[in-house]
Amino acid sequence: MARMTMIEAIRSAQHVAMGRDDNIVVFGEDVGYFGGVFRCTQGLQETYGPSRCFDSPINESGIIGAAIGMAAYGLRPCVEIQFADYMYPGYDQLSQEAARIRYRSDGDFTTQITVRMPTGGGIYGGQTHSQSPEALFAHVCGLKTVIPSNPYDAKGLLAASIEDDDPVIFLEPKRLYNGPFDGHHDRPITSWAKHSMGEVPEDYYTVPLGKAAITRPGDEVTILAYGTMVHVALTAAEETGIDAEVIDLRTILPLDLETIETSVKRTGRCVILHEATKTCGFGAELMSLVQETCFYHLEAPIARVTGWDTPYPHAQEWDYFPGPKRVGAALKKVMEG
Amino acid sequence: MTKPLKFYVPEPEFRPGDQPDFSGLKLPEAGAVARPKVNVKAENIRDLAYTIIRVMTREGEAVGDWAGALSDDEALVGLKNMIKVRAYDKRMQMAQRQGKTSFYVQCLGEEAIACAFQQALEKGDMNFPTYRQQGLLLSSGYPVLDMMNQVYSNSEDPLRGRQLPIMYSSKEYGFFSISGNLATQFIQAVGWAMASAIKGDTKIAAGWIGDGSTAESDFHSAMVFASTYRAPVVLNIVNNQWAISTFQGIARGGAATFAARGHGFGIPALRVDGNDFLAVYAVSKWAIERARKGYGPTLIEHVTYRAGAHSTSDDPAVYRPRKESEEWPLGDPIERLKTYLIKKGAWSEERHTQAEAEIEAEIVALQKEAEKNGTLASGQKPSPREMFEDVFKETPPHLRKQRQEAGL
Repeated sequence: MARMTMIEAIRSAQHVAMGRDDNIVVFGEDVGYFGGVFRCTQGLQETYGPSRCFDSPINESGIIGAAIGMAAYGLRPCVEIQFADYMYPGYDQLSQEAARIRYRSDGDFTTQITVRMPTGGGIYGGQTHSQSPEALFAHVCGLKTVIPSNPYDAKGLLAASIEDDDPVIFLEPKRLYNGPFDGHHDRPITSWAKHSMGEVPEDYYTVPLGKAAITRPGDEVTILAYGTMVHVALTAAEETGIDAEVIDLRTILPLDLETIETSVKRTGRCVILHEATKTCGFGAELMSLVQETCFYHLEAPIARVTGWDTPYPHAQEWDYFPGPKRVGAALKKVMEG
Repeated sequence: MTKPLKFYVPEPEFRPGDQPDFSGLKLPEAGAVARPKVNVKAENIRDLAYTIIRVMTREGEAVGDWAGALSDDEALVGLKNMIKVRAYDKRMQMAQRQGKTSFYVQCLGEEAIACAFQQALEKGDMNFPTYRQQGLLLSSGYPVLDMMNQVYSNSEDPLRGRQLPIMYSSKEYGFFSISGNLATQFIQAVGWAMASAIKGDTKIAAGWIGDGSTAESDFHSAMVFASTYRAPVVLNIVNNQWAISTFQGIARGGAATFAARGHGFGIPALRVDGNDFLAVYAVSKWAIERARKGYGPTLIEHVTYRAGAHSTSDDPAVYRPRKESEEWPLGDPIERLKTYLIKKGAWSEERHTQAEAEIEAEIVALQKEAEKNGTLASGQKPSPREMFEDVFKETPPHLRKQRQEAGL
């Protein structure tokens, strides 16, 4: 076991995967010689050479379109979009092409690609470096969408994503790259070195897609979260003293509804968290599913704590971010219901 | 006083009611354009993006550097393939009119481009086509019956009813799954070619796009990636003058030609008479050899004319003169190759008439067989259960649940 940040874990996943399968290629903006703006691909070009890890032109449609062509050939590309906010020029290639090629060719052509992208806020990135577009992927039939919340899962889930024979969107919560984040921006930064999930095997392993994790068992209320919000949920539970069960969804599509259903039926209460905007956010889907499956077990209306329906602001970042105070207030309200 | 600015919107030369006149169109003589070596640098053949490479004279003689690429037997194979494409189109177009399918796209007048190009490829190479390259599949030996089964979306539809009638797909026959979203395939072709080079393979890719779709950003993506990584790919623009009702000037803008777009990327660009089978074959062969030898990408603009409607959903008479197609100076590709072969003594009017009748009879017989499997209007259809398959490799729980809900 080694101590790794999420960046090191993501790097390690790609390194190990590339060593196991020479059909895996890595490319994107600044990922080659430099190793990526967040350093997630550092050392890959040095180890595997420029034909396995290389810089691409600044062209997201090109990155994803080329990856689709490579997958049609038989390669297994793992590409980086520098920020999730930059994926929109490639959204046509993702939603209309990558997601549908297996379907429309009756399985003759497949798109075994992984598209990594840093997601979410918390780093003063403003409206073009802080977005959480996961709902836009979950809404597309044929894409899998994964969001880890810690280094151990990041490595195992990324290895599983790369091995998966369908296109996988791998969203990396950039606020968690260097350490867990309790949601209090004004407190000292903590590092993964002291966190149990910062312990990561150096060798190969996978964490299966489509399986949630119960990060904190509890009896009073179920919190559904993913990415950065998992840590905010833990903080809110601790600060309010409410015995919440925190479920880290890890994969939002396919969704582990079984784990959600079992928990909510037991606690009778549910709070849903995400950083993304509220209207038509993934929380709306979770809310519907909980209502459909657990209605007669609910003792209070389901609550959602999300980003506001505004562009992600710069100076007002901490007024926008759904921190422990808002999550705590929602927990209390749900407990009263 | 500064004069107020004026907004400019280009218009085609002729609209319905006008007498089309192409006498102003400067066509180089057949044989006038020299054939460069395949390792030529783009900057040394800039003129080839502004001219038109032609091999056959009006009288049916093959002349110049680009002549002689095909034997008579090979040219005859091409001629028969073109006749097959036209006969297939005619029958399927009619089937749509009879309500047996929802939609059809013919390639009338453009048969030489796909047929000649496919003949220049090798087994294992991969096309990333548009919906007007049925000639690639029909020239590759792909079963016509399977194509018809797909057009009819019947019980034997190879894509199980999920895809539009004419959007074929076959890895075995080097034909990537067609998308209705334009231009996406152009950069995918480059990606496939990059993969072939990464693996040290010898196979090449070919991308296809129409004049109108060159305006899409994926055209630019493809050109940048092809240029940067010197991908072994042939990028084909089929300039058939019309994008549904929009003339090619709307996509081309102020550039003299579409081929000239290659220059900004350092990609050799050639313009060819797309209705001259021998010229298309020779230019394609040149570009394919160039890619296979590792000299990188080539951009080809095939100059042709869409003699039919865009699809079964539009009537060209409302946006262009009825006679424009007849006045178009490049002639009919089948007639031209026929004239050449007759002139060489390898073919005759009688044999041509006989071949057309035989091929049509073959297509009609296959059509009857396909209709036994049903059409969109009647008979057997793919199972509704197919709708839920292949969204993912393994059907996830939420889809299994929805399938149960649908009673399937």
